[in-house]
Amino acid sequence: MNAISNRKFAAVFALLAALLMLAAPQYLKNYGVYLLTYWLIFIIATMGLNLTIGYAGQKSLGHAAFFGIGAYTVAIMMKAGISFWLGVPAAALLCFVIGLILGFPALRVQAIYLAFATLGFNTAVWLVMRNEEWLTGGTFGINNIARPVLFGYSLEGNRPYYYFVLAVTLILAALLWGLLRSPWGKAFMALRDNPIRAESLGVDIRNYTLLSFAIGAVYAGVAGALFASLVQFIEPAPFAVGASIMMYLMVVVGGAGYFFGPVIGAAVGVVLPEWLRDVPGVSNWYLPLFGASVVLLMIWLPDGLLSIPDRLKAKRAARVASVARTAAAGKVGAAP
Amino acid sequence: MSNALLKVTNLKKAYGAIQAVGGVSFEVMPGEIFGVIGPNGSGKTTMFNSVLGQITPDAGSIELKGRNITGLSPLELSRRGVGRTFQTLQVFGKMTVRDNLIVAAQEHKGTMLSRMFAPGDSGLGNKADALIDQFRIRHVADSLAGTLSYGQQKLVDIAMAFMAEPDLVLLDEPCAGVNPSLVGGISSLLKELNRNPKFGRQSSFVVIEHNMDFVMDLCHRIMVMVEGRVMAIGTPAEIRGNKQVLDAYLGN
Repeated sequence: MNAISNRKFAAVFALLAALLMLAAPQYLKNYGVYLLTYWLIFIIATMGLNLTIGYAGQKSLGHAAFFGIGAYTVAIMMKAGISFWLGVPAAALLCFVIGLILGFPALRVQAIYLAFATLGFNTAVWLVMRNEEWLTGGTFGINNIARPVLFGYSLEGNRPYYYFVLAVTLILAALLWGLLRSPWGKAFMALRDNPIRAESLGVDIRNYTLLSFAIGAVYAGVAGALFASLVQFIEPAPFAVGASIMMYLMVVVGGAGYFFGPVIGAAVGVVLPEWLRDVPGVSNWYLPLFGASVVLLMIWLPDGLLSIPDRLKAKRAARVASVARTAAAGKVGAAP
Repeated sequence: MSNALLKVTNLKKAYGAIQAVGGVSFEVMPGEIFGVIGPNGSGKTTMFNSVLGQITPDAGSIELKGRNITGLSPLELSRRGVGRTFQTLQVFGKMTVRDNLIVAAQEHKGTMLSRMFAPGDSGLGNKADALIDQFRIRHVADSLAGTLSYGQQKLVDIAMAFMAEPDLVLLDEPCAGVNPSLVGGISSLLKELNRNPKFGRQSSFVVIEHNMDFVMDLCHRIMVMVEGRVMAIGTPAEIRGNKQVLDAYLGN
């Protein structure tokens, strides 16, 4: 019964959100539309990270590296005169392959040790972006990255580009939803909850570990490609380790292992700071405020914002059970 | 001979200077419940883990249905029809009981690619429901396994080992930490699964257990291990009457 009401809730939530997202640009200024697009891109990236961390339980602090690889792949290819529409699949494929490779340390080390291994990977990728000027432009970056043209229709304006990114977000969300509903979803969760038992039941934990990294990386890569074309100028800074930590935070704040966690998490991580910065009186201390709210959240809601309904449900169930116990205790010889 | 389902020959495993298992041989026949008893440190778990691919034995061979399986990984053993439970609880805490059972068998169907497009329950829903009813855990079927009581989780844990219709199941202390009223329940469930398998083939078990009443009642034959060696193998009655075993382990 819970599962059904959850599914219903998810469907209604998704429908409402989609309608809101379709209508939103009509009521926003240019910068607002830009910010919404920014948010969508981080939803895509953190959806992938949520698969790696939240569903498969692999602690990765290297996600921003894939975001950057995607962005640079598209930017470099477009500068070479290759179409955006070839650049995006190339970015996805490259991230898939590198994601598979990054998965190998995860077969040997777990938890904080894996986090440090992926963090090292992120640093290495960032150094390539900063130092290999012939390829990446170094700290000067790559500028004038064009926005694509779709079937003769220019996505140059912020509004058309927003709708394009929205469509990509919905498609990628639907694909991930389908994947998680298939036996793969259960295999990922089994890997997360108990890899040794999973293996004894025939779950190929090696393949699933590698794929959780590779698929997560593809999402980051596509997000990076869209990012490059959104901001139209890229340099190494947004792809440093700090960005990986921020993405990890977004997954955790939204609720790791909750499908819509990244939607909330990316809003908190990307939109909230921007919004706080514009609120009069808050603008000077929005960063400490942001930091403090994250600390409080981790204390009271370590499973993220989307765990609130589950918590309420558990509380209600505990209350019902306690009432039942009290009633049962009144009867002599009743079963405990 | 032998039409043995499992044949272990001269298995040896040492940890440094300690010979945990020093040349153990035994056979498990199809349909048999084979008990393994012995004091703590007698090498039962090391023997178990060697058979199950958790550790690599130093010497000896392990055959399943006449085929050498020595040194195969737990994954390959699972695919070849060997199920197991662990000494401690090993359920998937953040998945429902029903999903715990489904994931316990889904990887035996199709390929990774075909599973990507398979229905969420892999067509195993009915089988999971049948086991849920047989184990009398219907009322918690949609609860997260990690929220159940110890005894309920133990039942889920055991049921999972049977989802993939294994030929052989190795149970490591199925009664550890279980309250006495449930011990009888587990015993009759295992007898049911062994004697009258609802799903497909007959299962054979190897059971490590310290609860003597449970072992004597459940097992067809029992092996007594002491200090890494086999002291005796025989029917429960033979083991009870073996003076050496009485002196070394069972006491009076």
